[in-house]
Amino acid sequence: MSDKCSISDKGGVTNILMAGVGGQGTLLASEILSEVLMQGGYDVKKAEVHGMAQRGGSVVSHVRFGPKVYSSIIPEGDADVLFGFELLETYRYLSLVKKSGTVIVNNLRIAPPSVALGVAEYPEDIESKLGDYVDNVRVVNGLELAEQAGNPRTVNTVLLGALSRTLAPSHEQWVAAIKALVPERFLEVNLNAFELGRKVD
Amino acid sequence: MKKTVLSGNEAFARAAYEAGVAVASAYPGTPSTEILENITQYERIDASWAPNEKVALEVGIGSSMGGARTIVTMKHVGVNVAADPLFTFSYTGVRGGFVLVVADDPEMHSSQDEQDSRHYARFAKVPMFEPADSQEALDFTRLAFDVSEKFDAPIMLRSTTRISHSKSVVETGEPLETLPETGLQRDPGKFVMLPGNARVRHPIVEQRLLDMADWACDQGFNRVEKVGGKIGIITAGVAYQYAREVFPDADILKLGLVFPLPKQMILDFAANYDTIYVIEELDPFIEEQVKAMGIDCIGKEKVPICGELSPGRLRKAFGLEGAANTEVAPVQEALPPRPPNMCPGCPHRGVFHGLNRLKAYVTGDIGCYTLGFMPPLSAMDTCICMGASIGNATGLSKVLDDEERKKVVAVIGDSTFLHTGINGLMDMVYNKSTATVIILDNSTTGMTGRQDNPSTGYALDGTGAPQVDLEAICRALGVKHVETLDPYEMDNTRERLKAAMERPEVSVIITRRPCVLVKHDMFQRKAPLYVDNEKCTGCKACLSIGCPAIEWNPNEGKRGVAKVDRMLCTGCGICEQLCKFDAFGVCDE
Repeated sequence: MSDKCSISDKGGVTNILMAGVGGQGTLLASEILSEVLMQGGYDVKKAEVHGMAQRGGSVVSHVRFGPKVYSSIIPEGDADVLFGFELLETYRYLSLVKKSGTVIVNNLRIAPPSVALGVAEYPEDIESKLGDYVDNVRVVNGLELAEQAGNPRTVNTVLLGALSRTLAPSHEQWVAAIKALVPERFLEVNLNAFELGRKVD
Repeated sequence: MKKTVLSGNEAFARAAYEAGVAVASAYPGTPSTEILENITQYERIDASWAPNEKVALEVGIGSSMGGARTIVTMKHVGVNVAADPLFTFSYTGVRGGFVLVVADDPEMHSSQDEQDSRHYARFAKVPMFEPADSQEALDFTRLAFDVSEKFDAPIMLRSTTRISHSKSVVETGEPLETLPETGLQRDPGKFVMLPGNARVRHPIVEQRLLDMADWACDQGFNRVEKVGGKIGIITAGVAYQYAREVFPDADILKLGLVFPLPKQMILDFAANYDTIYVIEELDPFIEEQVKAMGIDCIGKEKVPICGELSPGRLRKAFGLEGAANTEVAPVQEALPPRPPNMCPGCPHRGVFHGLNRLKAYVTGDIGCYTLGFMPPLSAMDTCICMGASIGNATGLSKVLDDEERKKVVAVIGDSTFLHTGINGLMDMVYNKSTATVIILDNSTTGMTGRQDNPSTGYALDGTGAPQVDLEAICRALGVKHVETLDPYEMDNTRERLKAAMERPEVSVIITRRPCVLVKHDMFQRKAPLYVDNEKCTGCKACLSIGCPAIEWNPNEGKRGVAKVDRMLCTGCGICEQLCKFDAFGVCDE
């Protein structure tokens, strides 16, 4: 894939911004991602917030890697990949991604409070609005694939699978990181989920 | 040595283990909470939750007096509570090495203010290190125990959200094999701070700071990075990372010890440059001291004093272009915000719905339930600090007429009540107030991530513990009207609350239901509900509780219907009780 080269071979720092809704499992996904990047020999930094911000609210995780990383926070317009677990939350952070970057987004809509109360509308056509600005947009049917894998709660691992092909670490390194961080009883279904995600075009 | 990815909080915990710490105490508070949670993996450390930060520090002082290396952790505002023992501990000094980790929250991601803890270091005359990533969190903490014993001083470590909750690559070290010996050792001249003894200790404290300011000039934790730049930057902590990224061509004096400052080292560094920037997060703490040394420097004239820094904000502050070739997506349409919310099935939700309907004036407190402020519940009128709700209610009641006085209700969680609410209730009864207090007992310290406390029956290590009897405590304080309710029973909760508000005496209502996220399998999830579209009239009554599991669907029925998300619904039945048309049913499972 062409974007794989642009992300991993430039020698500088590569930035991945993960966005989702509290409770979607972005935290575990960013843990696995950091682990695999460290095993791949990169300097890695990851930033996120816990506490009040987490209670069903908008959640972001910044992951940066390269030969040497200083700040753990990604500057505006500098994310190589915007990795979204929910459509609106992905769209909300569009200003962080490069025009030449990649958006990998889960095809899922979770109503924020004002929409749930019927006083605001969920923005329409987010997929095409993302595509209007960013060169590469890949939409993943995360929930469908997670159910296929055997557990709807593995959406995060499906999405990681989809992301994995854009990054340099090998298939074996990804599997090793998942084995290191996912509890034994959920391991098999998560490995299935990862493989299904990795096959997404 | 092993290479691993650790958060700052994991690194603080690892360092405590490596340094031979025997005792750890804390009260949970974002972003510091995970330090103690991670320490529990090291069996040789006695780690426990204290009911508040003052007690945590006092426990830590005691174990240091007994000779043990000790770590105490808290969030920035926790130091306000612990300030009393901290200031005197600075005078006594330590026996076993002592480290206080305090985690600031610039940007207030999960806090009520963004106070800068470095002032406490100077105020209490306690030396302070400030790490810039997880590796330094580990290295500085290990070092701090040696420094504490060398200079006979408690040492503070300042973290921030971006240190505590960021992960980076760390090489861990080997732990000390044997812990320092403990036992009784009398030293009243050092530990009994009567005026006569304290007068002897104060000059020792002043000399200690002068000695450290000299000593710190040639230690590795304060370092100069020379790249042949024309600008010199003085910085510390996470701000160093942003400064290094934004000014790759500047020379940097990177401070590891932020109090006391290495004066001669700063003077020598500054002499090389026409332009000096001081880049630090929050207050001009380093800048003011550097200016007092007679050095002309630029700091808060450009660098924001409010909020956290980032490479982007720093570039903007200095009028620099964005990162190479950046182009930023144009401003989008206004997007519906996604603020935090109480969970589906949260036992607090019905209580706030009742308070809203009764038009109560609610003095609030710190916890998940502070979200009772958010619409549509909109039932919180004040929130100051841990434990403040009860005293605030007492004070308000003093100045209101009889009708308005009835409206005042203090709302406080179980953990917050035990933290600093008890004293407020004691005052409320003693001074004959008439307000109503609700203790929202969800059997956990929820907002910080479900920690146990003295009323839950469990200790930090998950073992059983004696359980505080909240009803008995309230009665012992002199409250005559104490009653316990199930907050899932909406009508009863509202009726009892109404009666308590009418009563011209202090009443305490304890609403008891475990948090939906609580550990120990206390929460029983029930079958989810559904809405019968034939019966739903679209009146939106069920939307008034703001449950994340209920969504308005404008496309069904005559004027829209409510819809329940099966995956999120816990079957608590609050919404069902609000429906006058019997439109909710229980799903078959």
